[in-house]
Amino acid sequence: MKINYNRELCQGHNRCYMLAPEIFDVDDEGYAVLKIEGEIPAELHDKAQLCVDNCPEYAIEIAE
Amino acid sequence: MDAKKAPVEDWTTDFDHTHPDYAANAHQIWDDLREECPIAHSDRFGGMWMPTRHEDIAAIAANKDGLYTSRGVVVSEVRPDIPAPIGYAPPITSDPPFHAPARKLLLGPFAPRKVQALEPFTREYCHSLVDAALETSNEQGWFDAAIGYSQNIPVKVIAQMLGLPAEDGPVFRRFIHNIIENPVQREIPEEETVEWYFDQQIAKRKANPKPPGEGDLIDHLLNVEIFGEALAPEHVRGTVVLLLVAGIDTTWSSIGSAIWHLAQHPNDLARFRDDPEVRPFAVEEFLRAYAPVTMARMVAEDHELQGCPMKKDDWLLLPFPAGNRDPEAFEDADKFVIDRQKNRHGAFGLGIHRCLGSNLARMELSVALDVFVDRIRDFSLVDPANVRFSTGQIRGPRELPVSVKTNV
Ligand code: HEM
Ligand code: SF4
Repeated sequence: MKINYNRELCQGHNRCYMLAPEIFDVDDEGYAVLKIEGEIPAELHDKAQLCVDNCPEYAIEIAE
Repeated sequence: MDAKKAPVEDWTTDFDHTHPDYAANAHQIWDDLREECPIAHSDRFGGMWMPTRHEDIAAIAANKDGLYTSRGVVVSEVRPDIPAPIGYAPPITSDPPFHAPARKLLLGPFAPRKVQALEPFTREYCHSLVDAALETSNEQGWFDAAIGYSQNIPVKVIAQMLGLPAEDGPVFRRFIHNIIENPVQREIPEEETVEWYFDQQIAKRKANPKPPGEGDLIDHLLNVEIFGEALAPEHVRGTVVLLLVAGIDTTWSSIGSAIWHLAQHPNDLARFRDDPEVRPFAVEEFLRAYAPVTMARMVAEDHELQGCPMKKDDWLLLPFPAGNRDPEAFEDADKFVIDRQKNRHGAFGLGIHRCLGSNLARMELSVALDVFVDRIRDFSLVDPANVRFSTGQIRGPRELPVSVKTNV
């Protein structure tokens, strides 16, 4: 599992960073920063799905 | 006193978000409209529209074709005359291309890590409010969780950020009443206007300038530049007014609605109290189910939207709270699901105007509920009939008498 994060769509709601700080960090302006560009470890798959399901701007997708 | 509102016979053709019936029945009204007439109209306030489906609200907020302007975001009889793209209170009244640079000036101070630093201060203040509330409760058997608790928290925090005396809270609430709760033309002495208040505050700081990176948020605005130049005085003042006004009764409403819910749902209260893991989910669900903020736009040019003739300068309400309860967008949209796992709510807006204070508001809401529930543990409404909700674009309890139960 990989994550596609679209910085163009991100408006800095910070839902992802709150739910999964292991996967997303946040920059000094409050926009998300994807920490794991490659394969998401299995133990974080549920959290990755949570990020997708709670981003109000549809900026996060799972790429199998 | 404000003039009495004419009764609303038909919400599809004559809605009025400032009517007490709307305050009392908003959830039902939105559900009915979504089914019967997803873009409602009214001739009140010189003509206005209100979509209630999440998809329509999100599309209008996204404003891909520039058909709408943020020049006016609070519906009033008079159309605001300060032209786009800057508007009275940047960035909320600004459109592209001015919006993004004006917003950027504020992103730093409201980013998560900056806001996190205010948490201990907020927590300590919430404790002091609970101390006082419990004392009142011991004396009279109940206390008002809106007047004695929720309304004070955002005032204290934003006053701290803006470097204003927290004792001026009542003055701030009067500004808010005049600007968003009841924006009618009124004659007030100059020294009572929000403009006068902040001109004094700004002049004080200009007389004693702080180096960049020091001082409060007003100092910050006096130090930063836009397009290589210092901000215009009206820009500084408008933004400061916005920061004061945007954060107070919104957050106050949100904290109050959450307490109102918990006071009536013992199972949710027990779960919230006993399960720390559920709390972050519960906070987002409070924001979804009881979103307090409806913003407005103005139509920028004549066009048709799903058969509705939108005329330039018509008002258009964006009831994010109605979108949050749309069954097309949320499972069991009408139910409060304390650990909702899929929750793309738009309580803080959607698109480029996403609430700048959302990290701050979320911190305040979380801390306020933590302290309230951890300290008071079990509570209920004195009488549901004694709760009074606000009218207008910001929805939340303004009077909320609760009694403390001492068995837990
Ligand atoms: C629970 C509390 C709050 C809610 C529900 C809320 C909601 C909103 C919404 C829906 C918008 C979008 C406006 C639009 O689309 O036109 C907004 C914008 C804004 N809010 Fe909040 N707000 C809250 C608290 C705060 C706080 C604490 C502040 C801090 C001072 C704040 C400052 C702002 C600002 C500056 C904007 C304008 C952003 C822009 O136009 O780019 N809000 N808010
Ligand atoms: S939840 Fe979505 S919009 Fe919010 S910071 Fe994360 S990616 Fe950006």
